[in-house]
Amino acid sequence: MGLIEHRFEENFITTTVDQLISWARKSSLWPLTFGLACCAIEMMTTGSAHYDLDRMGVIFRGSPRQSDLMIVAGTLTWKMAHVLRKVYDQMPEPKYVISMGSCAASGGLFNTYSVVQGVDQVVPVDVYVPGCPPRPEGLMYGILKLQEKIAKEKYIRK
Amino acid sequence: MDESRFTQEEEAILNALRDHFPDLPMEIGKTCGQLAILVDKKMIFPVCKILKEHSAALFDYLADLCGVDFLGKREKRFQVVYNLYSIARNHRIRVKTDVGEEDCLVDSVTGIWKSANWHERELYDMFGIEVRGHPDLRRILMPDDWEGHPLRKDYPLQGKGQRDDFSFVPKEDRQPTRTPRGRGESW
Repeated sequence: MGLIEHRFEENFITTTVDQLISWARKSSLWPLTFGLACCAIEMMTTGSAHYDLDRMGVIFRGSPRQSDLMIVAGTLTWKMAHVLRKVYDQMPEPKYVISMGSCAASGGLFNTYSVVQGVDQVVPVDVYVPGCPPRPEGLMYGILKLQEKIAKEKYIRK
Repeated sequence: MDESRFTQEEEAILNALRDHFPDLPMEIGKTCGQLAILVDKKMIFPVCKILKEHSAALFDYLADLCGVDFLGKREKRFQVVYNLYSIARNHRIRVKTDVGEEDCLVDSVTGIWKSANWHERELYDMFGIEVRGHPDLRRILMPDDWEGHPLRKDYPLQGKGQRDDFSFVPKEDRQPTRTPRGRGESW
């Protein structure tokens, strides 16, 4: 029990389960690579040796069935939005979404007929990472913020 | 060197066309040092065929095929431009043809260059110019059920509200964070 010793306060049983489960969840976020544009290059860089996402327990998966985090990296067009929603629906619960870059957050500079003005109109988003594209540090900060959010989650309600 | 003078090579190409089509009305010019001809759209297929097969021309590569919308600027609204290149002879030509709005149709050149297939689909997708004789005339970039042709000058830049229409999002389960803005009447 060395890992979770001294982490619990009063209300022993429920906080134990909550904290244990959310600790386990936040420590092994497996993201689905949804690289749509140039932000995907920064996302790949974040996963590579120099920045090394593995040390946070983040391992990229190629299949939605094995992942619990979707990093939407890039411009979402209306034609691709169908695919995004379908892939999101295929992910098992609990699932989280990071919107990476200004295109994913708001359409960015593409205020045009074919570009969705923010992926939050298609899927629920937990963390927005701004930037065009965000640097790897930015994406890592977003993942850390998401981990903070997951740590506070109540297991029963989710 | 004078821009308007043609080189021997260019004269040979033009003579090849004049030999085959003595009565062809043809505007010939040079832009940025490159030969450009404007022909009637009924003649576009035979002209392209000669340009590919004649030994003086040998344009074996269709580098690009694109449309232009001259809304309100010219009598015939559209223009279709064929950029040709000869790998064998290392020379280029630009063939243009005017297409009116009421008769929005050109002949396909897929019989000459296979690569024209996708170019012509894009032409149809973006400008709504039909291509007669095309083997598979579908949209290529926009979704199949899209309305309108986005590169036309009278098409609104923000579209006609399609980008806010997410009928595929389930209504009850895991709602999106933000709902799309209501569409105004000013489209």
